[in-house]
Amino acid sequence: MSIPRLLTMLLFVLLMAPVGTAMAQQDDGSGEKLLEQLADASPASTEEALQAIAASGHERARAWLEAYGNNRLSRVKDTGEIVIVLNNRGRDWTVADAVTGENLGEMSRRDLDRIAINNAVRRQLAGVLAMLDLYAEDPEVREEAARDLMGKVDEAVLDPLIGRLDEEPVAAVRNRLEQAVAIYRVEQEGSIEAVDVLAGSLHPRARAALNSAVASENPALKAAAQKALLSVEQKLKMNRAAETLYFGLSLGSVLVLAAIGLAITFGVMGVINMAHGELIMLGAYTTWGMQQLLPGQPGLALILSIPAGFLVAALAGIAIERSVIQFLKGRPLETLLATFGVSLILQQLVRTVISPLNRTVVTPEWMSGSLVINDALSLTLNRMYVLGFALLVFAGLMLIMRRTRLGLEVRAVTQNRAMARSMGIKATRVDIMTFALGSGVAGLAGVALSQLTNVGPNLGQNYIIDSFMVVVFGGVGNLWGTLVAGLTLGTINQLLEPWAGAVLAKIIVLVFIILFIQKRPRGLFPQKGRAAEG
Amino acid sequence: MSIMTELANRDRVFNFLTPTDSPVDVRHGPILYLEDVTVSFDGFRAINDLNLTIDDGELRCIIGPNGAGKTTMMDIITGKTAPDTGSVWFGSRHNLLTMSEPEIASLGIGRKFQKPSVFEALTVFENLELAMATDKRVFPTLTATMKPEYRDRIGEVLETIGLKDLMHRPAGILSHGQKQWLEIGMLLMQRPRLLLVDEPVAGMTEQEMERTAELLTSLAGKQSVVVVEHDMGFVRSIARKVTVLHQGSVLAEGTMDQVSNDPEVIKVYLGEEA
Amino acid sequence: MWLARPLQERSTQLFLGILFLALIAVTALHLALPEGHPLHVSAYTVTLLGKYLCYALLAVAVDLVSGYLGILSLGHGAFFALGGYAMGMYLMRQIGDRGTYGDPVLPDFMVFLNWQELPWYWYGFDMAWFAFAMVLLVPGALALVFGWLAFRSRVTGVYLSIITQALTFALMLAFFRNEMGFGGNNGLTDFREILGFNLRSDATRLGLFIATGIALAIGYVVCRGIVTSKLGRVSVACRDAEARTRFLGYRVERVQLFVFVVSAMLAGVAGALYVPQVGIINPSEFSPIFSIEIVVWVALGGRATLYGAVIGAILVNYAKTVFTGVMPDAWLFALGALFVLVTVFLPQGIAGLLRKRRKTTDDGSGPSDAPTTAEATA
Repeated sequence: MSIPRLLTMLLFVLLMAPVGTAMAQQDDGSGEKLLEQLADASPASTEEALQAIAASGHERARAWLEAYGNNRLSRVKDTGEIVIVLNNRGRDWTVADAVTGENLGEMSRRDLDRIAINNAVRRQLAGVLAMLDLYAEDPEVREEAARDLMGKVDEAVLDPLIGRLDEEPVAAVRNRLEQAVAIYRVEQEGSIEAVDVLAGSLHPRARAALNSAVASENPALKAAAQKALLSVEQKLKMNRAAETLYFGLSLGSVLVLAAIGLAITFGVMGVINMAHGELIMLGAYTTWGMQQLLPGQPGLALILSIPAGFLVAALAGIAIERSVIQFLKGRPLETLLATFGVSLILQQLVRTVISPLNRTVVTPEWMSGSLVINDALSLTLNRMYVLGFALLVFAGLMLIMRRTRLGLEVRAVTQNRAMARSMGIKATRVDIMTFALGSGVAGLAGVALSQLTNVGPNLGQNYIIDSFMVVVFGGVGNLWGTLVAGLTLGTINQLLEPWAGAVLAKIIVLVFIILFIQKRPRGLFPQKGRAAEG
Repeated sequence: MSIMTELANRDRVFNFLTPTDSPVDVRHGPILYLEDVTVSFDGFRAINDLNLTIDDGELRCIIGPNGAGKTTMMDIITGKTAPDTGSVWFGSRHNLLTMSEPEIASLGIGRKFQKPSVFEALTVFENLELAMATDKRVFPTLTATMKPEYRDRIGEVLETIGLKDLMHRPAGILSHGQKQWLEIGMLLMQRPRLLLVDEPVAGMTEQEMERTAELLTSLAGKQSVVVVEHDMGFVRSIARKVTVLHQGSVLAEGTMDQVSNDPEVIKVYLGEEA
Repeated sequence: MWLARPLQERSTQLFLGILFLALIAVTALHLALPEGHPLHVSAYTVTLLGKYLCYALLAVAVDLVSGYLGILSLGHGAFFALGGYAMGMYLMRQIGDRGTYGDPVLPDFMVFLNWQELPWYWYGFDMAWFAFAMVLLVPGALALVFGWLAFRSRVTGVYLSIITQALTFALMLAFFRNEMGFGGNNGLTDFREILGFNLRSDATRLGLFIATGIALAIGYVVCRGIVTSKLGRVSVACRDAEARTRFLGYRVERVQLFVFVVSAMLAGVAGALYVPQVGIINPSEFSPIFSIEIVVWVALGGRATLYGAVIGAILVNYAKTVFTGVMPDAWLFALGALFVLVTVFLPQGIAGLLRKRRKTTDDGSGPSDAPTTAEATA
């Protein structure tokens, strides 16, 4: 039996009753009966049982069907009662009464008989659920269901669907349903009006329908379809451009985050810290550690990780500054080598103490998912948060460097150390503070990166060359340069990716920067004057 | 120089008539000629409409308060800094603005830096050897050998600068004054037509200063010398003609007596000291 | 003649003497003693020593630029790897139809990727003379182009170090790609013979070891020849006071370019000798960390001494062999600590210690090549 036929029947039943709450009343023990029917069904009669449940309009019908689809519908061996398994970890499972939904506590796994489902039935179930959803109270659920129906409409469901179309109060949902119907019309009936309906749609199924119409014999239909397709393609192109830009900015924000700390330690202080990547890694591991400390609260852990990651990385930075860098003042190449040694030690430390394997950092619910703009464009939330976070960190740093005493002292010390000292600025203290600040920002980058990539011992290594490139490209000693350079490089990289592939795009960007530095050795925003000439 | 400009020089139609031993054409007066030179860093005008002429064989002192643009002027002449506008000519044939530092140096402009700049890891002898006027391209340098006449020439200069005893010691161990001398010695090895000497006597004893004055005055005539100096006593002891720079342009020019009596000069510079 | 000059030097004679004695000793102990003998040097050890000598030559090349010219290249592994790939391509073509797929022309990985014909840049590598020329020319050409761009615009110091890192990183990414036609991730391997000699025979291994020793000797003499020439003194001048050198009339960028290219070629030779001995070349040789490691060998041995580079390379790699055998996890700790300790406590390296000892015994005032702390006039 096909899905559409099943749906037709279901629809028919549903349409008999008014939408919404009215159906919830009839509960007279029929729930048990329905479930019995499903549980006892042979493969052949399963479908009938499903229909019956769907048609019953029982308020818990959805819960049953979902549980059934997830292999969570079971029968208790002794009593024959049908239950929904809430938690199937371990030996004892938490169950709830299927009919009432009442929690029945734990039950041994061995006392339960799972009600089996096969893949054919599972597919049917999906259709049944979608139609059920068309009558849900929440318009978002209805829209989702309508979208699922696109391209799946069949002769049999057509009429009920059109009927539903007239009742639907929400325009967006109606629009979807219209498109679903139009796809059917274009494909089956060659309707030109339906082509017009699809002209604005970005759904791949709508495009497929238009493509099939282009191949049709009917010249009028063909012309209309071509025109519609053109407008669709144009829209798609714009959306793709928007998407590329979004990904570019997102990658750029990651680069900015990774590089901005370096812009302080390298750009402002002139210290080459090759362990910068490992400070990022420490930030990411702090997030992981925080989530281990607060199991089940990934969101809280993440928020707490922001100060914690900053602190951990800043302390590590101070340790590096005090133990190594201070002895190598004025010898940049030696500093580079020594801090590279530190980076090796930190990496190996993480490998030995934690694990050489990647750790998973959970993304809290409010950060997962995506912001759907239309069928062709949806923006993932985690990247958006990271982008915002990067801008915030940047703004914060700007404030510190421009408006605070520390920023003033840092600028004084970097411009003329001896003079600054003679004016009573404790240069050593400023060095430590600045380095701690740059390192701490690296830690923040790590916290953000933990939401986007794998957290492993090599995390930092992957970013160190990129970070230096960003700082050098932007112009050493210039925070704005770092921001612009990071976002630009990220976007260029994403623009190149579609036709060059990810690896080649990266190579091209690297070669571009190498060539760029030849042209403008001082980056995009060079410092000018005699001081810069050296 | 393009053919067109060659032809435009009516007075010098035949190139082969110019003496070949020196490429610098000074038959028409000045050896160095700066006209309307301006350079600014980030909006600050370090050199502002500067006009300066140095005659062949002249010894010129340039004085001026800090930030008057003395060092920047030297940077422009030696090709380190490119001016925004203006022209700089060496003799009447060489446009210095189109040339690189090594080209300018090979042409015969030697420079002593404000901070003594010698090769500290090399010996005194080697420092002078590198400065010697020879073929300075890569392969000739690789295959170069120490000829007796070179050795003699280095010996002469060592004698002049009084570092003979230290010739095989690394230059890094020299005192500040000795480094100054070594750098002057390197200038002499280059046999330049024009010497630019930035604060030659800083860190020298009275006695050393006297010898420096002697040396510089003895050079004048054969070579042109431009000395930038803060030490007024020293300037007075060697100067025939003095140029006062102020805010990137020439404030006054003349003998030491003339400029030190110039009211403008007294106001901006000498007034504070005199 | 500039190349003959170092041969009259006592230090070079000493170095060459020790090197040749070591070559003869290893050869004798390998050939003359039976396998069970406690002093017998196994074929495995011979190859291991050959590998060390390759690294030593590479270190000498790096010391030439970083010690004497003051250009800290963090991308010399790229030249080493390119030389290695040139040799690897020759060895690949020598396999002929003895590969797994039996294709007479295409290497196995190309057959595996369904390539129909040999890419143009593989042409000629079946001829030894061509391949050996490429060992010098390819790294040399890359160094020429890269150096020309960099030195002309006066990119030096830390900036140069960073972009040399980027260079080798970009090459690594490129060579990882299968489309490049260099075997991608797996690189080139399964070599069989070189110049008709079976690579798996002990005699060939010994021969390669001796060839490497001779190459090291030649490389050392070439570098020493440059360093003791006037050009060598100009290099040191560029290192310590670039602007001063320029105002003396030297074209600093050309001096830098010349030395850089010579150094890259030597690195290429080292790579080419390395590949037949270890039996594989893959993109990991391009990894930035390897290039930085080379600098540490040199720093440990003592910069601007050449023989120090040899000592450093052999010591560090010997330590690596021992560590990775006994406790592999500790190696990176040790290497990291080495980076830190050498730069902080031993800026003149082992050679500096030796010199200090010599100075205290005879209070000689011989010329010192050691770099001063001032990295540049900038």
